Amino acid sequence: MLAVYLPILYMIILALLFGAGTVFLSHLLGPARPFKVKTQSYECGIPSEGAHYAQTPVKFYVTALLFLVFDLECVFLYPWAVYYRRLGAFGLAEMLIFLLILVVSYVYVWKKGALEWD
Amino acid sequence: MTDLLIIPIIKMLVIFGVCLFFVAYTTWIERKALGHFQLRYGPMRVGYHGLLQPLADAVKNFFKEEVVPDNADRAVFLMAPVISISFAVMLLAVIPFGPAMTIFGKRIDLYLANPSIGILFILGLATIGSYGTILGGWSSGNKYGYMGGLRASAMIISYELSLAFAVLSIIMVTGSFSLVDMVAAQQHFWDWNIFREPVAFLVFMISGIAELNRTPFDMPEAESELCCGYNIEYSSMKFSLFFLAEYTHLFVFASLVTTLFLGGWHGPVLPGLVWFFVKTFAVIFVCIWIRATIPRLRYDKVMKLEWKFLLPVALANVIATGVVVALLG
Repeated sequence: MLAVYLPILYMIILALLFGAGTVFLSHLLGPARPFKVKTQSYECGIPSEGAHYAQTPVKFYVTALLFLVFDLECVFLYPWAVYYRRLGAFGLAEMLIFLLILVVSYVYVWKKGALEWD
Repeated sequence: MTDLLIIPIIKMLVIFGVCLFFVAYTTWIERKALGHFQLRYGPMRVGYHGLLQPLADAVKNFFKEEVVPDNADRAVFLMAPVISISFAVMLLAVIPFGPAMTIFGKRIDLYLANPSIGILFILGLATIGSYGTILGGWSSGNKYGYMGGLRASAMIISYELSLAFAVLSIIMVTGSFSLVDMVAAQQHFWDWNIFREPVAFLVFMISGIAELNRTPFDMPEAESELCCGYNIEYSSMKFSLFFLAEYTHLFVFASLVTTLFLGGWHGPVLPGLVWFFVKTFAVIFVCIWIRATIPRLRYDKVMKLEWKFLLPVALANVIATGVVVALLG
């Protein structure tokens, strides 16, 4: 049973080795002559001011929370979808009730203005 | 021993080599096609019509100096491109490239693994790959990079939703997570999921292009606004790895569209393997075509398109699929 996943394990090892190896090889092959101006962060020539993460719009947090809500619903729907053909009309009714709750929260979020970006 | 170790490792190396070759040439196809779309030639100098250009780029980038900015988070800065490329390459493990073949009297399936959770594996690892983008932007210690990474993360997780719901309706039709089962269910031309689920196909295409950060949704890069966004501070091979990861994701996306909607390796006359790559490169060409045609959207419009249009459409499509499948029995 687990033998199915063995090739995937090989692929994961190969992929990690490939990524790390490439970075290491270019580190070995490339020249390294850093000086003060070269290693400054690039901001069109003007000296950088303040921390780079100073201000983060709160909209991004709201989006992350909304994503969690909807993605969780989606995760619950996946096992149901695989068995759907065997569940028949009962499965359909169950799903409609479940999605109704989702739609109610979706309408609430929309009315609250959480989906606006301007 | 042979079945558990030697054959999978040979298959893995072949899949890795062939796919990386195709991915490298996807960059050539893209530059060439974009050139001709804009009435110029694209790469012409290295080899016949620039055919050796990907090789020349790789060699050049290996010998470039790698600059690590002073205020970068060094460990994360080095890790980000590795995460990006590794989790893109891992996706190749479950893609079914063709029907079973007989080599030296042994039956060889043209895929590395067929786990019963194939599509979940791809959705999960594809999202982890976006950590590379986010961490790369965050660890650069650069305002543009941070902004690009932030926008990328918000956009990728948003479009993940409609993508997942589009796949959901395909799973309802097929009744399996396995990509091989999905291909097997689309044996005849009229069985292709693009005809059964046209809405899911459109939603999948649009959200897939957004997940790939390609124009018209190339928010994290936005050359004219963010000076290339999350990879602004990256140089040498680390920069190349981000691009390689992007094109590997494009290749995987195109093969997913082929597998889920366009009947996978099924097709008349030609062998299955050829059909798979013909369809995959047709999808890649459509992506390049879209890039050459549509200008970049404004960020608030990108988010509006997802949350106010694609998500409800994808949800309605799931309900409609449920009703139709229940009625047809």
